[in-house]
Amino acid sequence: MAQFNLPQNSKIEVGKYYKDETNSKNLKKVNVYRWDPSSGKNPRVDTFEVDMDTCGPKVLDILFKIKNEIDPSLTFRRSCAHGVCGSCAMNIDGVNTLACIKSHTDINGDLNVYPLPHLKVVKDLIGDLSTLYKQYESIKPWLQTEQTGKEKEELRQSQKDREKLDGYYECILCACCSTSCPSYWWNGDKYLGPAVLLQAYRWINDSRDGDKKERLKKVADELKLYRCHTIMNCTNSCPKGLNPAKAIGSIKKMLATS
Amino acid sequence: MSAYKIIDHEYDVVVLGAGGSGLRAAVGLSEAGLKTACISKVFPTRSHTSAAQGGISAALGNMGEDDWRWHMYDTVKGSDWLGDQDAIEYLCKEAPRAVVELERYGVPFSRTDDGKIYQRPFGGMTKNYGNGTAQRTCAAADRTGHAILHTLYGQALKHNTEFFIEYFALDLIMKNGECKGVIAWNLTDGTIHRFRSHITIIATGGYGKVYYSATSAHTCTGDGNAMVLRAGLPLQDMEFVQFHPTGIYGVGCLITEGARGEGGFLVNGKGERFMERYAPNAKDLASRDVVSRSMEMEINEGRGVGKDKDHINLHLDHLDKEVLEERLPGISEAAKTFANVDVNKQPIPVVPTVHYNMGGIPTNYKAEVLTLNGSEKTVPGLMAIGEAACVSVHGANRLGSNSLIDLVVFGRAAAKRAAELVKPDMAHEEVSSSETDKCLSRFDKIRNSMGSTKTSELRLNMQKTMQSKCAVFRTEKTLKEGVDQIRKPYEGIEDISVKDKSLLFNTDLVETLEFDNLIRQALTTMDSAYSRKESRGAHAREDYSKRDDKNFMKHTLAWQNGKKVEIKYRDVHSRTLTNDVQYFPPKERVY
Repeated sequence: MAQFNLPQNSKIEVGKYYKDETNSKNLKKVNVYRWDPSSGKNPRVDTFEVDMDTCGPKVLDILFKIKNEIDPSLTFRRSCAHGVCGSCAMNIDGVNTLACIKSHTDINGDLNVYPLPHLKVVKDLIGDLSTLYKQYESIKPWLQTEQTGKEKEELRQSQKDREKLDGYYECILCACCSTSCPSYWWNGDKYLGPAVLLQAYRWINDSRDGDKKERLKKVADELKLYRCHTIMNCTNSCPKGLNPAKAIGSIKKMLATS
Repeated sequence: MSAYKIIDHEYDVVVLGAGGSGLRAAVGLSEAGLKTACISKVFPTRSHTSAAQGGISAALGNMGEDDWRWHMYDTVKGSDWLGDQDAIEYLCKEAPRAVVELERYGVPFSRTDDGKIYQRPFGGMTKNYGNGTAQRTCAAADRTGHAILHTLYGQALKHNTEFFIEYFALDLIMKNGECKGVIAWNLTDGTIHRFRSHITIIATGGYGKVYYSATSAHTCTGDGNAMVLRAGLPLQDMEFVQFHPTGIYGVGCLITEGARGEGGFLVNGKGERFMERYAPNAKDLASRDVVSRSMEMEINEGRGVGKDKDHINLHLDHLDKEVLEERLPGISEAAKTFANVDVNKQPIPVVPTVHYNMGGIPTNYKAEVLTLNGSEKTVPGLMAIGEAACVSVHGANRLGSNSLIDLVVFGRAAAKRAAELVKPDMAHEEVSSSETDKCLSRFDKIRNSMGSTKTSELRLNMQKTMQSKCAVFRTEKTLKEGVDQIRKPYEGIEDISVKDKSLLFNTDLVETLEFDNLIRQALTTMDSAYSRKESRGAHAREDYSKRDDKNFMKHTLAWQNGKKVEIKYRDVHSRTLTNDVQYFPPKERVY
């Protein structure tokens, strides 16, 4: 029988329990994944009792409350807090989403907060997105046009052509979709994943771009594109309501018909 | 400070910050063949430019006749004549080219029927020197900042800009009054990096987080401004803090002025469209300082909305569903997420919310940093752009959609000027280690703070003080109290506690360093406000309710040394850049 060894430090242990000190009658238990690379210890799940009477409505408000009032060492990314920068993507109650727009009132019972799945963890809730960023770079996310000598004028684009970018240009690169995709979990180094393919489609589909053929050719690859098995987790998890699966489907269709 | 491992780098130019202005500068520098590093504490597309909604101003004339001189007049009037007109001329004249350039980079602008860039009305933007509404604000639905930021990041990738991402910049390296580079901390591996550069461009954005309620991101802590203060240089016009009329009540999430540009209007608790009384011509599209003050007055006089009559309603429910879906999809979503409001049926509860800092690092229109040494003088090796800078094109009040254009026009100007000053691969001067030691001893001291006060407590104290003592309306009494009270959280640093002592992604330490940055700007803001005994733009004094051109037609400069703030003034430029336009002399500001 095959023997498997888990990597070092992969076993998650029971962590500290932070009891409420405010005598609140409205408590929520929040279980948070913790790992400090400089400690040399295994990851753990700490439990915080949080007073909900003095807490804002979103999961990010809970994390702020913990960091500000209970444990300042809790580590997570955050910036705009309004759902546009994509910093605070994490796994909340089993679903990848943005902590700043996820209401904790939607979640009954204890709240579980983990980093985005299948990323190398940097610390606590922070995942390493460098591979995804390199893949993003690889699809050349910039407009390619031929020199015409009319560079001082704007390019024209009909409203109909512009509409084709709706649902794609809004992507905030939070990585919720890619890190919810089993194919990306297994082949994340080679499969581009839903976030990057959606971005690829945004440029393929821009009527102003002169490099459509080359762009399609570049992603038409067994691993880069066809590792998508239409599992649809990506579309289900997108916090901005976008549809990466549709973008991937459209690329496949373009390739099949061209 | 040998305890820290220091990694040395040499670059022609270093850009601090990767928002709209930093990225535009980086693109220009790379194009010019200069070896460029761009350092950012967040991944570039997380920068706060992404939150800009309504648009970017430029007199393209796609939606009716327009002229950059009209744009310039509006900007001068919007600034309440505190803006430097040479810089404003440069901004408005360069604006159309800058927007076309963005379009050519790939920004997915909304379109007109004939396929041109769509432009919408915005506050204070008029035709023919104040006669009628201009449609000047170029928009990508209500996600213009997001679209521009992502596009500029793509351009930077195209030009192979070298990024140092999730590096927290600590201090400038100064030698005899010249900037020689910067020291930064790599959050992901804990190492300290020393960048030597001929020019350092500060593009670190605003410092909205000195206030309790702000549309600003948590990362808007004005780190570059604070570095400038620590380098013994002044910040300019810090008293001018813009309150955006429409932040979602209780949340602070921005609702674009474009919502009013597309036909939305404000209503008080009595159901009145009160802006008609305060700004008979422009109404809901008066400039932001005017609208915010009007809202506060309605609330103060008991005509607010809600149980506590403490906010105002923004109505969009009369607009066509198609307009909301096509032009305002982002704020429709935000209203649902943060106020549980369906904009098709209900008004959005809003309140004036801190949004933008007109003040910052003084520069000329070439983005070179200025200081005062007898007269105006540039600081060699140092530039500033974007919200961190005070050029000053926004003067006492910025017009909506003038910030995005500021980013790209002056981002480009900085790159152009740097390319004139620096030739590729010029040799670097030796700099003694004393600057590094000074920087790292501050870092080390804060990291090893063993006090008993949490950073979050001091930050909250500072934010509440700013919010109550330096708000939309100010008086001698509130400001005097503010000047005293804001020093308490400053002194509190002596007893601060940092629990996490590690060097790897230590956000406890990052937040404490950010607090140290914020509190210096809070001091200079409060003291600058206290010293300006007049009302101008966003600085509204109840006890000095008129603009006083005789005594205060000048920029405030504030130096911070410990808890002491020294205030001096420099004249507003009363000249234009060229003869293409004449100086607009001050007059009464009515909308």
